[in-house]
Amino acid sequence: MSDCFPALRIGFLSAALVLPAVVFAQSGAPQTWPDPVPNRPPVAEKDKKPAPRRSMVGMWGSRLGNQAKGVQLRPNDGRPENQLPYTPYGLELYKSHKALEGANPVPPAENNDPRVACEPLGFPRYNHYDLGVQIFQDDLKVAMLYHYDNRWRIIWTDGRPLPKLVDGGVEIDGQYREQRWFGYSVGRWIDDYTLEVQTVGTMPEDRVWLDNTGRPISDQARITETFRRLDYDTMEWSETIDDPKIYTRPWQTMKIPMTLQDPRTDVLTRYCSPFETATYNKVYGDGASGK
Amino acid sequence: MANRLVLVFSVAIALLASAPLTAHHTGSTLLSETTVTLKGVVKTWLWSNPHCLLTLDVKGDDGQAVQWVLEAQAPNTIYPDGYRKNSFKAGDEVTVTLNPVVNGRPYGRIASVVLADGTRLGNVPGTGARGRGAAVQ
Repeated sequence: MSDCFPALRIGFLSAALVLPAVVFAQSGAPQTWPDPVPNRPPVAEKDKKPAPRRSMVGMWGSRLGNQAKGVQLRPNDGRPENQLPYTPYGLELYKSHKALEGANPVPPAENNDPRVACEPLGFPRYNHYDLGVQIFQDDLKVAMLYHYDNRWRIIWTDGRPLPKLVDGGVEIDGQYREQRWFGYSVGRWIDDYTLEVQTVGTMPEDRVWLDNTGRPISDQARITETFRRLDYDTMEWSETIDDPKIYTRPWQTMKIPMTLQDPRTDVLTRYCSPFETATYNKVYGDGASGK
Repeated sequence: MANRLVLVFSVAIALLASAPLTAHHTGSTLLSETTVTLKGVVKTWLWSNPHCLLTLDVKGDDGQAVQWVLEAQAPNTIYPDGYRKNSFKAGDEVTVTLNPVVNGRPYGRIASVVLADGTRLGNVPGTGARGRGAAVQ
């Protein structure tokens, strides 16, 4: 039987192919690749919207996030108010660190920052370096994807207890567990807009630094973070460390306003590549150091 | 001479030697707070971490070329200032404002660059600069 309605069939087929694309294109912003840098400025007061309940989901960026000269609230600038309460061991450790930045910088050829060897920064230093994160969450956990070096961590929000800190690791249900680069994190909602996170079981002081200026942190640290959703577009990220091995009292390292970014942002990669780092030192670092 | 220093090389060296340079730390080396401006010819442009690197030949009054190696920040940091992987090619004439290293060697940190066509990369006040290459990603 001959087809009596070829034009109609072609019309339906065309509509089936074209309509979804039209609907998709009309459903939101134009489909494109936004700038790969999360640098959206803070939202004006008049444009602010209320925060969603119990959600930190989103792509978050901060113009204050790159704490190159030391942690945000206590930059290592030699000022008396920014001196840290070191224990004798902590001070000895600090003096053994040859940092590229801070109050006592050394030339590139003389540094001993684990970052320069492309070692993982460890926690909480990931919070203090080139800060930008994508956050996902479900009923059990919050997943944080750090842009720098494409690292990620899990914060458990299912009610499990914080592991017990023991020498060289943690104890969970009577069993020893090893130290980890991001430690063991649990979170609980203080209210509908505030998530408090505790972390223990991080890497020892011979593997990680606290910040770019060589301040130390040990595996006996307890790190408390507070994520407070101020409104739809703003989240305040605070951090306090309690590390009796290194510091005589707890102190606050940062309180950073993070701005919600375009969720379509596909960030530039910022891997630490040993090859690229070696090239940098060969082409620039050694010569600039007078080596 | 097209390739002469904008700020004569000898003057730059004199500045480095005489100015009370305060060593400070801007990321990866000890830099002077003094800025100098050089005009040179691009040899290489390396788009990499932890820092991008621009190598230039800069001619002095005596006609001798001096090779300068200049660092910029990492790609994700300088992207908003208009820099791209294809911002420079060998042979391009550029004018660079930089903080030299304090030891007087021909190394430094880029503050801004003006390309031969007048495009400025980095340090463009109040613009959120989008330099050449912005549409070529």
